[in-house]
Amino acid sequence: MSILVYVENTDGKFKKSAFEVVSYAKSIADNIQTDVVAISIGNVAEDELAALGKYGASKVLNVNQEQLASFVNQAYASIIAEAVKSTGSKLLVLSNSFSGKGLAPRIAAKLEAGLADGVLELPHITDDKLTVKKTAFSNKAFATLELTSDIKVIALSPNAYEIKETGGNAAVETFTPNIDQLDFSTMVKEIVRATDKVSLPEAEIVVSAGRGLKGPENWGMIEELADVLGAATACSKPVSDAGWRPHSEHVGQTGIVVSPNLYIAIGISGAIQHLAGVSSSKTIVVINKDPEAPFFKVADYGIVGDVFDIVPKLTQALKAYKGI
Amino acid sequence: MKILVCISNVPDTTSKITFTNDNTAFNTAGVQFIINPYDEIALSKAVELAEGGKGTVTVINVGDASTDATIRKALAIGADSAVRINSVPRDAWFVANQIAAYAKDKAFDLILTGRESIDYNGAQVAAIIGELLHIPSVSIAKKVEVASDMVTVEREIEGGKEVLTAKLPLVIGTAEGVAEPKIPNMRGIMSARSKPLDVVEPFSVELLAHIVNYETPAPRGTVKLVDATEVEKLVSLLHDEAKVI
Repeated sequence: MSILVYVENTDGKFKKSAFEVVSYAKSIADNIQTDVVAISIGNVAEDELAALGKYGASKVLNVNQEQLASFVNQAYASIIAEAVKSTGSKLLVLSNSFSGKGLAPRIAAKLEAGLADGVLELPHITDDKLTVKKTAFSNKAFATLELTSDIKVIALSPNAYEIKETGGNAAVETFTPNIDQLDFSTMVKEIVRATDKVSLPEAEIVVSAGRGLKGPENWGMIEELADVLGAATACSKPVSDAGWRPHSEHVGQTGIVVSPNLYIAIGISGAIQHLAGVSSSKTIVVINKDPEAPFFKVADYGIVGDVFDIVPKLTQALKAYKGI
Repeated sequence: MKILVCISNVPDTTSKITFTNDNTAFNTAGVQFIINPYDEIALSKAVELAEGGKGTVTVINVGDASTDATIRKALAIGADSAVRINSVPRDAWFVANQIAAYAKDKAFDLILTGRESIDYNGAQVAAIIGELLHIPSVSIAKKVEVASDMVTVEREIEGGKEVLTAKLPLVIGTAEGVAEPKIPNMRGIMSARSKPLDVVEPFSVELLAHIVNYETPAPRGTVKLVDATEVEKLVSLLHDEAKVI
């Protein structure tokens, strides 16, 4: 009765979220004295698969078929649900990533399993009872959810659980699912990756800017600061609404919710909708010329002043600190 | 083209979130309810696709009579008809089951939902409906184009985007970028009053989860201000004190 974990890869390489979900499942497995089996779909090298053992997986089920080279929501959901049944797992863990948000509910519906999405912490498990804390009201609150079904699904928020190295290599086994051609009604035509950019939901540092930047032409200094920090760039809603930056960078209640170690807000006043999307950041830095900006009330560190003066100085100071 | 748009009645985005009954229930006192912002994008896209007699738009909501004002607003934005499943929406599993049961024999070509609701943020309804109806679903769509029976969807992925195609019928969870939210005009508001709003009784669904209680985040400490002339000090604090760089 192992815990099954679905591990996502990008072009054959596991993402940070894959190590997070395996580490998370290993902690649960240790508590309830079971083991962790991971399932990988797509073309991932054998040594990459075996390396999941470092994070606590004792076995990896490898599904590597041409038709499954790129993500197909329906087909992946069917395969993972089949793996849950064939391993007899009562708990499935996956990442609450963009793909995970499409997958988890489909798998849960197939298995008539309760689903806890946006999970932030380890669950409490006693006998057949599982309760777990998750985000609610766009991070303005948390809810403790009890899953009452026989099989249970947890979708872990990116960045919510620390990666831990605990073991050695995992045994890799080929898993051959029953493929239903009807599951391939959607076809991926093109994947466009912004390879030089840090992925926003997974970023450990986010540099975000708002209307205080006055126009899209001023974003160079934000990108430079982000480059120095190895950070993702983000923006407030008015900025994406004005078309200064793409919607995919909009952080907030109606955009992307982030929980990095460090969130630097530049020229953003901190409307309640924006704060909802960033409130679970571990450390918040606010740079704004208005000392009354609401963002200062939730910030850990702040600088009151002209962003056009401070940001280049901060970039220089960071370069000096990093010896660049 | 027959389009079904699933709408949720949620607290206004500016609402302060509090709870009652030992933190087991959301406190609705003084809270203004609105159409879930992502559902408004779905609805606007549906109205755009159906414009000029190219289709019909039905909105569906699972809610008690208190949600009628939200449904009428959706009709004012441009939906042709509405359905309300007469029940408090217990969770995404319950809601998706009610919608799938309603849609099952009605041959909708396209079912649109918002990517997630801003209250429970599960992003579950689109995918569960797809599974229950055995049709594909795409979650978190950033762009939707329909040409005869083929849909091209741009989906957000970590660090990029993915373009995929699917034949109708299809369920899509829409995010920002799919359509500009439409504002109801006077004609829309007037005509909304006379558009049909059917009320359908729910069927029983075995629940798989329930919320035990809620909590609000602990208040953060007070801000430590660094003088604008001492930017280097911020770098030291982030390294030595916060340990984040």
